[in-house]
This record gives sequence, C-alpha cells and structure tokens, in this order.
Amino acid sequence: MTKMVKELIANSPLIGLLALLLVIPGFIENQYVLQVMIFVGIYIVLVLSLNLLNGYVGLLAIGHAAFYGIGAYASAKLSIELGFPFLLSFILSGIIAGFFGFILGRPTLRLTGIYLALATLGFNVIVWLIMLNWMDFTHGPLGIMDIPQPELFGYKIESRTDYYYLMLAFVVLTLFSIHRLVSSRFGRALVAIREDELAAEASGIDTTRYKVQAFILAAFYAGLAGSFYAHFVKYVSPDSFTHMESFSILAMLALGGGGNLLGPVVGASILTVVPEAFRFLDEYRMFMYGGILVVMMLVRPMGIFGASSYSFRLKLFDEKEKSYDKGDKFIDLGDDTGGKTPEGSA
Amino acid sequence: MLEQLINGLTQGSVYALLALGFTIIFGTLRMVTFAHGEVFMGGAYVGLTLFTYLTPSLPLALLVAAVVTFIMGALIEIIAFRFLRNAPHFSSLLVTIGLSVILINLAQLIFGPETRSIPPALIEDLAFGEIQIFGFYVTYLQMAVLGVAIAMMVATYFFIEHTPIGLAIRATSQDHEAAYAMGVNVNRIFTLTFAVGSMMGGIAGVLIGLYYNVFYPTMGILLGIKAFSASVVGGLVSMPGAIIAGLTIGVIESFAVDFWNASYRHLVAFVFMIIILVIRPAGIMGKSGPMSGRGD
Repeated sequence: MTKMVKELIANSPLIGLLALLLVIPGFIENQYVLQVMIFVGIYIVLVLSLNLLNGYVGLLAIGHAAFYGIGAYASAKLSIELGFPFLLSFILSGIIAGFFGFILGRPTLRLTGIYLALATLGFNVIVWLIMLNWMDFTHGPLGIMDIPQPELFGYKIESRTDYYYLMLAFVVLTLFSIHRLVSSRFGRALVAIREDELAAEASGIDTTRYKVQAFILAAFYAGLAGSFYAHFVKYVSPDSFTHMESFSILAMLALGGGGNLLGPVVGASILTVVPEAFRFLDEYRMFMYGGILVVMMLVRPMGIFGASSYSFRLKLFDEKEKSYDKGDKFIDLGDDTGGKTPEGSA
Repeated sequence: MLEQLINGLTQGSVYALLALGFTIIFGTLRMVTFAHGEVFMGGAYVGLTLFTYLTPSLPLALLVAAVVTFIMGALIEIIAFRFLRNAPHFSSLLVTIGLSVILINLAQLIFGPETRSIPPALIEDLAFGEIQIFGFYVTYLQMAVLGVAIAMMVATYFFIEHTPIGLAIRATSQDHEAAYAMGVNVNRIFTLTFAVGSMMGGIAGVLIGLYYNVFYPTMGILLGIKAFSASVVGGLVSMPGAIIAGLTIGVIESFAVDFWNASYRHLVAFVFMIIILVIRPAGIMGKSGPMSGRGD
C-alpha cells in the first residue's frame, strides 16, 4: 500500500465523522436543532481556545468571555459602522481580541495559580462593565442590533443550513490549526511549561514569551468565535459576555477534560445540548447545570478525557506513538499561591 | 464631603467584612470559593424573610443569618473541598461555581426572580432615624452597619488570636500537615474556618440588604467578586489587609460617584485589583498580618 492509502485508512474514523457532519443538515427538518448545533460549534471553538491556556500551559484563566465579547463587539462595530465585509471583520475581530490578550497577558502572566485566575476574572468584569456603561460606543444594555448577515465570495449566508456549514468550516479549521499548533515545537514547549516551568526555562524555553503567545492565540480564537456569534445572532448585548459565560466555558472544559483536543469537543457538546434538551424543565434547568458540574467534579475531577491524550486515528500502521501526555494532570496548581506569594519561595 | 466619606466607609465596611471572610477561608484552606457571594445572598434573604414575616429586629436577623450561613458554609466546605482534598484545586473551584449556580436558582425558586424589598414602614426607624455627630448626620442604619462590621472584625481577631481554636486555625493555616501531626483535627478546622468565613458573608448580606433594601437572587455575584478584589488587594492572606482594602475600595467608590460617571463606580475595585496584581502581587500589606505566616 502506498503511504497515502495508509494515511486515508488510518484517518478513516475522522473522515467518516466529517462526512456525517456534512450530510446531517439534509436530514434535519427542525431549524431549532440546527441552531443548537451551531451553538455547539461556537462553544467548541471557545473551549478549544481556553484549552490552550488551561489545558496545555496549565494556567488558570477564568475570564475567557471577555475576549469572546471583545470579538463580538469589534465585529459588530466594524461591519455596521465601517461597512467591512464579513471575512475582513471576522479576522480583524480575532486580531483585536488577540491584541487585548496581549495587553492583559503581558503584565499578568508573571502571576500564577489563583492570582492569574483573579486577574483574568477581574478583566472579564471590567470589559463587561464597560460594555454596559459606555453608552456612546456600545449602546449599553440595549446592545447593538442589525448586524449584517455574512457574505462570502458573493454568496449570502442566510438560512440556518448556510450558517451550519460556515460553522462547520470554522470548527474544522480551528481544530486543524490548533492540532498543528499543539503538536509543533510550540505545543511541546507549552506542555513543558505546564509540567515543570523551572525545568522548561532551564532547557532554554522562554517561558514568558510562550505564555504570552498562547494567551494571544487563545484570545484570537475566542475573538473569532465572538465575531461568528455576532453575525449569527445579529445582535450583541453585554449580558452574553458576563463572567458567568466564562464559567460556562470553563465548566465545558472541566467536564470534557483539558490537555487534549477530544475533551473540549465533548465537553462543549454535552453542556450545550443537555440544557437545551431539558428546556421543558424550565426553571429547574440551571439546577441541572450546577448539578452536572458538582457531580462530575466529585466523580471524575480530571474531566471525562482528562487523564491522557486521545486520537481518532486508527493505529494499524503507526510504528510507535510518542506520547508527551501520559499521566498528565489536567492542571496542577501545586503551590497554588504561585511564584508571587508574600513569602516568595522561602 | 464628610457624608460621602461616611457613605463610603459604611459600604466599605461591608466589603471589608466580606473580604475578611474570604481571606480567612483562603488563608486556611489556600483555596478560593466562588460561592461566597451566594452565601452573602443567602444571609440577605434570611434578613428579608425575618423582617417581613416575623419581626423587624436587627439582632435577631443577624443571629439567624449567622446560624444559617454558618451551616451553609460547612456544607459547601464538605461538598466542594473535603471530598476533593486530593483532587486538583481546579475541581474544587468548579464545584463552588456549580454550587453558586444551584444556590442562585434555589433563591429564584423560593423567593422568585423579581427584585424584592422589605416594606419601608418596617425599617423606617432604622433607615431614616438620624443622629448628629460633630455637625453631620448619620442614620441609625449606617451606625448599625459600621458598628456590626467593626464588632465582627474585632471578634474575629480575638477568635483567631486568643482562643485555642484560633490557635489551631493558625497552625493549620501555616502548615496543615504539621498541625495534623500535632493532633489538630485538620478536617474539622477546615470546615469550621469555612463556616466562620461564610458566616461573615451572611452577616454582610443582612447589613447590605437592609442598607439598600433591594433583594434579588443574583445580588451576590458582583459583590462576591468585589470581595475577592478587596481580598487580593489586601494580599489574600492578611486580615488587616482585607479590612483596609475593603474600606479603601468603599471610600474610593463613593467618591468616584462624585467625580465620575456613577455607573462606572463598580470598576474601581477591579481596576484596583489588577493594578495591585501587576505592581505588587503580595498586596498592600506585604508580609505582615496574623494569617500570613505560612512559608510556602
């Protein structure tokens, strides 16, 4: 067999899954189901991007909705007031969110553990308060309405099915690019930092630079997700980007398990679909959300797929898989007060 | 100007109380709880219920709220921390988030999602009765808030510094393994500390609830995070730090309303926190403080 055929067979589960996802809208009558699937896609991207930080670098960032919101507002503003086409405002909003990631990450990434967590949470609340109060720019609690529908190469995205395919392309691109990222030298450096920051630094890894880069990347993807959200819902308001939203993203990551690519996908899918499926429970619905989180963490603190890396690839022809992830912990705060304790490392 | 200062101090003393509870919890368990704001909310609703349906008595409300939130705190500690003692810290954090979601929904179920308030007639004396001190007016309620908050702080200080249980708490906070080896029941101390910290949150809830007389299920969210901020600014493990930071944030907020757009006042705490984290992560009190003796 040639190499290409081998590759095809090895990747057949993945190709099959993709094919299934491609034909599935043809069998779905219910527009509402499609909408839920599109939201699953948005959350998959968000959780994957947070996973870069929390799963791979082992940082504890808990304000991810800030970048999601910045992306959404940037995209809304760019396409309404400057009339930018979708693709341009999409990419620009990612870049803008990434820039804010740099602004926040550069000074705060010296912090570790709970200190970084609180800094990112604080940033999230600040962004939300600004969205809520800067009437001239964000229209405060009213939000921004009438965000134009995306148009790609002359084709106007209108129906749910169109959005579904756009989302699918977005998720696949994100998955692919993040997969490439984490299996590169860059990704190995991130894991090295997570496992032992001091050892990583001693091996010549510029830990601060890598951390800031990971932070910018995570913010970039979250910004893209925000832009997609804005163009899909056609309306953005501060309520969608509170720290509760960040906690939801975090919960998805925790449920699925970080440090691999399957966990975030599964976690985002479960926690988006299950609350929708139980919509008939109405006000008890959020109980279940809290309940899932509590029970899940008590039963399996690392998340469903937290303990090691997973792959859809059939291992028929692989010689021997190198694994950098065996025996990983999802996140090991260890000394949770971090390097910046009042006492230092005395 | 002076009245603004009094307003700020009143508000700040409640922040300080919340932050103090948070600091005691973090100082001993070295863990953060995201359910602190919801415990605060629980205390506030206890106050609302007692005032509206039983009798408008502040001491009674404080006492009952203290007991209720003490139990709440103990339960949260057992569910979120004791069961997960050996798991990654991240898990406990998420369980407290889950519990806070559950508590908010529980409050929505019991008290309804709408904003409620105590019938004004019941707290008229407390809220509008004024007393003149050095030429400016202070309401009884402000005095009560300040007084209770300060009394709680002093009581906590004595509890931690001058009782045998306080000694065990300090020992646990310094090194829980060594404390365990010395015969301290560490699990019980963790639960107790958490319950005491939560109790302070509950008392703060009664005070703030009466002060503004608005009650809604999500009232604890923003305040809970503000308490973190105050606690971080104070250094996370320093009790005096938390108090000073809480008061400072309250006063700055109160003046921010004058000099700036009123709706931006909530920003103060968070901006303050990030600045402190960037330039002085150990907090304003640095090394000192009775709870910060742990060498880790």
